[in-house]
Amino acid sequence: MSAAAIGEPLTRVDGRAKVTGAAKYAAEFEVPHAAHAVMVTSTVASGRITRMDTTAAERSPGVVTIMTPANAPRLPNNGRAAVNPPAGRVLQLLQDAEVHYNNQPIAVVVAETLNQALLAAALIDVRYQSTPPKLDFQAGFPAAHVGKNKIPSMLSEGDVAQGFAAAEVTVEQIYTTPKQNHNPMEPHGTIASWDGELLTLHDATQYIFGVKQTVAKTLGIPEDNVRVLCPYTGGGFGSKGSTWSHVVLAAMAAKVAKRPVKLVLERPQMFGPVGGRPETYQHIVLGAKRDGTLTAIRHDCYSHVSTVEDFVEPSSSQTRMLYAAPVITTSQKLVSLNVGTPTFQRAPGEATGTFALEIAMDELAVALNMDPVALRLKNYAEADPTSHKPFSSKHLRECYEQGAGRFGWSKRNPAPRSHREGNLLIGYGMATATYPANRSESQAAVRFEPNGRVTVLSGTQDLGTGTYTIMAQVAAAKLGLPITLVDAKLGDTRQPQGPVSGGSQTAASVTPAVQAAAEQAVLKLVTLEISNPGSPFYGALPEELDFKEGKLLRRSAPASGIPFTEIVGRNGGAAVEAKASAKPSQDVEEYSQHSWGAVFAEVAVDESLGMPHVRRLTAVYDVGTLLNEKTGKSQLIGGLVWAQSLALEEETHIDPTTGRPVNNNLAEYHMPVNLDIGALDVSALGTPDKNFEPLGGRGIGEIGITGASAAIANAIYHATGKRFRDAPITPDKLLA
Amino acid sequence: MNSFTFRRADAPDTAVEALAHDHAAKLLGGGTNLIDLMKQGVEQPTALIDINPLPLAEITPLPGGGLRLGATARNSDTAAHPEVRAQYPMLAQAILAGASAQLRNMATDAGNLLQRTRCYYFYDPAYLACNKRKPGSGCAAITGFNRIHAILGASPECIATNPSDMAVALAALEPTVRVRGPKGERHIHFADFHRLPGKTPEIDTNLRADELILSIDLPRSSYAAHSHYLKVRDRASYAFALVSVAAALDLDGTTIRSARLALGGVAHKPWRAEAAEKSLKGKPATADSFRAAAELALAGAQTYKDNAFKVPMAKQAIVRALTVAAGEQA
Repeated sequence: MSAAAIGEPLTRVDGRAKVTGAAKYAAEFEVPHAAHAVMVTSTVASGRITRMDTTAAERSPGVVTIMTPANAPRLPNNGRAAVNPPAGRVLQLLQDAEVHYNNQPIAVVVAETLNQALLAAALIDVRYQSTPPKLDFQAGFPAAHVGKNKIPSMLSEGDVAQGFAAAEVTVEQIYTTPKQNHNPMEPHGTIASWDGELLTLHDATQYIFGVKQTVAKTLGIPEDNVRVLCPYTGGGFGSKGSTWSHVVLAAMAAKVAKRPVKLVLERPQMFGPVGGRPETYQHIVLGAKRDGTLTAIRHDCYSHVSTVEDFVEPSSSQTRMLYAAPVITTSQKLVSLNVGTPTFQRAPGEATGTFALEIAMDELAVALNMDPVALRLKNYAEADPTSHKPFSSKHLRECYEQGAGRFGWSKRNPAPRSHREGNLLIGYGMATATYPANRSESQAAVRFEPNGRVTVLSGTQDLGTGTYTIMAQVAAAKLGLPITLVDAKLGDTRQPQGPVSGGSQTAASVTPAVQAAAEQAVLKLVTLEISNPGSPFYGALPEELDFKEGKLLRRSAPASGIPFTEIVGRNGGAAVEAKASAKPSQDVEEYSQHSWGAVFAEVAVDESLGMPHVRRLTAVYDVGTLLNEKTGKSQLIGGLVWAQSLALEEETHIDPTTGRPVNNNLAEYHMPVNLDIGALDVSALGTPDKNFEPLGGRGIGEIGITGASAAIANAIYHATGKRFRDAPITPDKLLA
Repeated sequence: MNSFTFRRADAPDTAVEALAHDHAAKLLGGGTNLIDLMKQGVEQPTALIDINPLPLAEITPLPGGGLRLGATARNSDTAAHPEVRAQYPMLAQAILAGASAQLRNMATDAGNLLQRTRCYYFYDPAYLACNKRKPGSGCAAITGFNRIHAILGASPECIATNPSDMAVALAALEPTVRVRGPKGERHIHFADFHRLPGKTPEIDTNLRADELILSIDLPRSSYAAHSHYLKVRDRASYAFALVSVAAALDLDGTTIRSARLALGGVAHKPWRAEAAEKSLKGKPATADSFRAAAELALAGAQTYKDNAFKVPMAKQAIVRALTVAAGEQA
């Protein structure tokens, strides 16, 4: 088998383990003597618990312990860990009797079996002093507040009044997106076990080191006393980026029960206690000259937060860099509601923001009687219009051109309602996709094993995205080995530290560290050999040697290669390992770093029944180097499916009286099924962005959900002649 | 889930005896709805009697035409059965429009009729008010989020909807449900099988607690050539009907000899639109006739905060389903 190459569409290395069930997820580990815990959650949204009667529950068979606000261990600082998001949040850890949202954790029941815990939990009698919950988002606008975020609450570029005064055509509209919950297939779950003062957590997470830090700080124990394991994460989408209440509660319960405790959230508990995407209300004004030149953009956003913690859904982010307008003004305001704390959900900001901005651009194109692609090219930003930095790399023009070509955009008759097939109206729409390129410091290790294999390790996560595969692939490519000789290991805080798997940054952060570690490990082989009198390389200068196809050799004599197993054997027989760290270089600050894409949609609408069908999506992305074409495209495809979900299906409905999520199950929380998805044509330019990271790859986990929802909405406009500005565009809205 | 005893029935009579013995016992078919409700704590049977071993899974011709669907015949097998497809194509369409392939493989035909009505507030015991779960406690749905709720035949006590697709097609096909109780067999007209909520929404059907469904007996049909099941839903599969229509026409050339029309997603039971059916009799099979029938079918509709869309949606779906049934290109 030949050496692995960067970009090669290698099949994921953990695929077989996953489909055969051999891959173990957090809650599947068998920890001896583990008891089963159930989280009891509130049934009111606001008030306080006045009485919690656990008498009957305690007598229920198999009950080990019941933890309530009355008897839960007191935590330092009332359980506030002073760890900032994403890792740290304001948790509900039974430290007081206050209720801030419906479905809030209020007790934990531990029993010998899961069913015993569930039965006992149902016997707990909770009395509340309930206060009317704040649930009306728009009613909260007058009292909206400003939150803390990377992006200031209000930003203005240029003379706003002048910008709009210069406009000959103006589009002004309101766009809204609903509450959503991530609902990864694997629910959140934790197994906590104490060995004296040492705590081991099997946890479903996107950030093992974040869990370690947050749990340690919340419990007031040294970080070194906590080990977190998560070899597989069954999807996260942001909900597992933070350490939520149940993780700490499991650790507390295990301490009280004096035995390991397993706590897995039930599906309805995925709605509230572990975050979700907040509702947004976005006011956009676009001003332009008749030739399409933008003179000004305004994008004012409201999103909701809980009453315990702020989280900004920065829907205006992309508005600050996507089009070259001389005037750009944006704002973000927050409305506190009695609901679970919102959090990062796949492309927080850009997913909802591009839905609004890219429909607004389509509305402007209609107002100007201009082709939507031409309008975007007219306002193409050659440099970041608000930071004024050059882009690290931008080939969006090629995305538009290739996308339009692949899709057949030129065949589009611009008139709405111009294409009919029987009862169906057919429409074409397009939009721009964009997402920032993020990268953090990461560590990795590479180990030459005595058995001839290479192990690559990093304490990162694989959310189903392909981290195992690209770690092995990058290490194999660097060392000139086939991927079959490389084993990737991740998901253990005893491994070199990796960053949070959020912000589409895992690959771009971890693979430079893998490359550096591979170099260091080779250097270690070299150092051992040149100082070992038994080696043919004894006394050589390091630069005279090279490592190829698993062999150390003299550059001057390529046939001199010695397999690394021989070197390992000669030097004591123990594996030769090196660890390395990689972080973004200082000069990345000189660039505005983003990924780009163009998405084209064909939608058929049966308007007398209100039913849409997305027949096909064509998307062309500029995401730098794709490290693995297969796993990479899979992520982009997943993003497009999410975009269709946002556009047409997904919404968490809250009961207007009690604030309880009503459709809290996967039968009624709708996301696309296979039958909903049409033909997906996804491609990437593959132009490396060496200004961003050494292999030139930018993140791909989130860009797929951006823009595409607007492309679908724009296609629906083109099909029907009716503009829909409120996601999701469900049959009740679409019905003509 | 509460503890329960479990036994397998070896004959219909032993199942009936067990029910008579223990009024809190439940029969277990595919379990696709009952087990969910037990997990939620909504259903708390003390005993489950597994009727899958009973010889009730056959689909057999009835003397003089018609077809008998055994109680434990699987939904998937029923939809794929050649006689069902030939004589009652609308029934096959309806079954295949329901649930997911996995659920249809487990769900039984009798069990399909016994699905509890769908309502968020019924399924989640965290809501204190639900007359169906706890008679007299009120209805949280009437003032709650009621997009999926009933527009026909509801009561101030309950606005839940029957979730079945299969039952909507059956309502239009007029079968009888053959049941066995302690005193022997009886036949229930399909129209009388499910109930409207009235003041007793806790009772979904007229099947008695000690009765076992043996079969669903379909009469010979003159509608096979012109029928259609149309389901309007939020996604293409695995979603309950917002509105569904079973439409069937017996045509003499272009004149309607007789019609059958039933609606799903709109009421506590599969909703038979008899006045609309009568109005079609003797009329030409045209859009005008269909539109007039649709108006009649929805004449008594009452909507709530989030479900007013169902009225125009149902009317348009009726017109579309009748149009397709009449044989015109949709």
